[in-house]
Amino acid sequence: MSSDLFDALNARDLRKAQRRERWYLFGSGLPALLLVLLTFVLPIGWLFWLSLFNADGQLSIENYTRLLEPIYVLTFVQTFKTGIIVTIACVLIGYPYAYFMIKGPRWLANVAMALLLVSLWTSLLVRTYAWLIILQRRGIANDLLMSLGITDAPLPLVYNLTGTVIGMVHIMLPFMILPLYAAMKSIDPIYSQAAAAFGASPSRAFRDVFLPLSGPGLAAGATLVFVITLGFYVTPALLGGGKVQMISMRIESDVSMYANWGAASSLGVVLLLATLLILFIVKKSAGLGRRSE
Amino acid sequence: MVRLKQNLMAAVRGSWLYVLVLATMIFLVLPTLIVIPMSFSDARYLSFPPKSFSIEPFFKYFASLEWRSATQVSLITASLVMVLATTLGTAAAYSLHVTQSKVSGVLRGLLMAPMIVPTIFIAIGLFFVYAKFDLNNTIPGLVLGHTLLALPYVVINVSAGLRSYDMTQEQAACILGASRLRAFFDVTLPQIRFSVIAAAMFAFAISLDEAVISLFISGGDTSTLTKRMFSSLRSEIDPLIAVVATLMTFLSIIMLCISIMAKRKAGRSVE
Repeated sequence: MSSDLFDALNARDLRKAQRRERWYLFGSGLPALLLVLLTFVLPIGWLFWLSLFNADGQLSIENYTRLLEPIYVLTFVQTFKTGIIVTIACVLIGYPYAYFMIKGPRWLANVAMALLLVSLWTSLLVRTYAWLIILQRRGIANDLLMSLGITDAPLPLVYNLTGTVIGMVHIMLPFMILPLYAAMKSIDPIYSQAAAAFGASPSRAFRDVFLPLSGPGLAAGATLVFVITLGFYVTPALLGGGKVQMISMRIESDVSMYANWGAASSLGVVLLLATLLILFIVKKSAGLGRRSE
Repeated sequence: MVRLKQNLMAAVRGSWLYVLVLATMIFLVLPTLIVIPMSFSDARYLSFPPKSFSIEPFFKYFASLEWRSATQVSLITASLVMVLATTLGTAAAYSLHVTQSKVSGVLRGLLMAPMIVPTIFIAIGLFFVYAKFDLNNTIPGLVLGHTLLALPYVVINVSAGLRSYDMTQEQAACILGASRLRAFFDVTLPQIRFSVIAAAMFAFAISLDEAVISLFISGGDTSTLTKRMFSSLRSEIDPLIAVVATLMTFLSIIMLCISIMAKRKAGRSVE
């Protein structure tokens, strides 16, 4: 009888302590939550709301049907094309680099990591500026190409898609390499050794064992690169010279030149939905892959 | 013989990898290296290598009211963002670490979302909302916007620190009579301090480098360095950009070094 009473009292105090604990933890997360609500949820929500009204202030899907006009379709096509080129380039350059950071000599692998971090931490605008200088008509890239006899006259390397892709690949490489490196690092070398012990040639061991095991890291890196590239603004605006029209640039001009908030918002909403859809698909297919193992 | 052939093939394959990686290394670091000599050139036009070297551009930079004020705005903003984002982010990471409810899942998602949502979309949204609250062209407006972008990185860094920390120590402090707050500051925080320092460096660097939000919501007297650089690069390239770029690069490398040292120490305390 008395033990029941004590249990009840104890349970009440425990519940009280639990409630206090919950409030305490809620309180410590609250300031960050408020900031995110004020500077993220509110603005994005408001833009979404604006995108549902036409220029006369009437509820309509005009802003979205307009996106089917050729000029907008072209922008979407160009944005996705740029994203795909940049992602492929990052995979082709990033995979060997990450592989080297795992398998290469220790000191050189450390140098590779250090250079990657220096590049990542250098300001994006500084790097874009540097590419303007390197790739200009009389820049060192053209000097090098001409002295190697690859070309006789300076090539147009900047203020076009070429320059944009070079600048964007440079900025996105760390986002490809770091997830890949993390994934490769967690692959136990015993698998490759086992493959070799069973008579697989090094290339076969790589293709059938290492490559599939590094798959999730590759998918994560490539998705990150592609998604960030879709919304990229600064680098294409500076290195594209007006010849590369990305969705982000269309959003900027809709707002600052035409003050057309509905048009800019609907573009932003579609861009965001595309991003979320890609992430969802990748997550789903990665999850399926794991289950089938 | 077969063995020799295999070794030879492996060597060739290996050397291909070396060439590729070496080329990538040069590609990665070239832009960082090129801005430094550029800043010592007093030529009107951009050429590399510079025809003559002088420290004249640095004097010009310090004499320029516009660039100086932009530098001031950027440094003040970045410092405030560092304090705000680190404080809010650490508190949020702590809360997320201890609770595992549905609500905390939503909070984590919201905190991480700015990493994947296109910044241009956030930027025009802020521009629109700030217009209602008179926050455009103000430092508080910039600080709030940049803090939003820095928060995910702070949460990631501090969460990693908390994962390698044994929470029972804090519980022990509480049982011995310390308040929750006291237990956090006296027991937990000192042990995750290196992760917090690394997070702070990230926050500072992100704010200093942020261009898209700044482009929309800063202007006039509160123009950031990035906004001035962007405008200048878009129209007529001011040779002083090389000086700004060099100073920014030195600052980034110092912050990188601090964050690497902090991370290394954070890693060691686990072992």
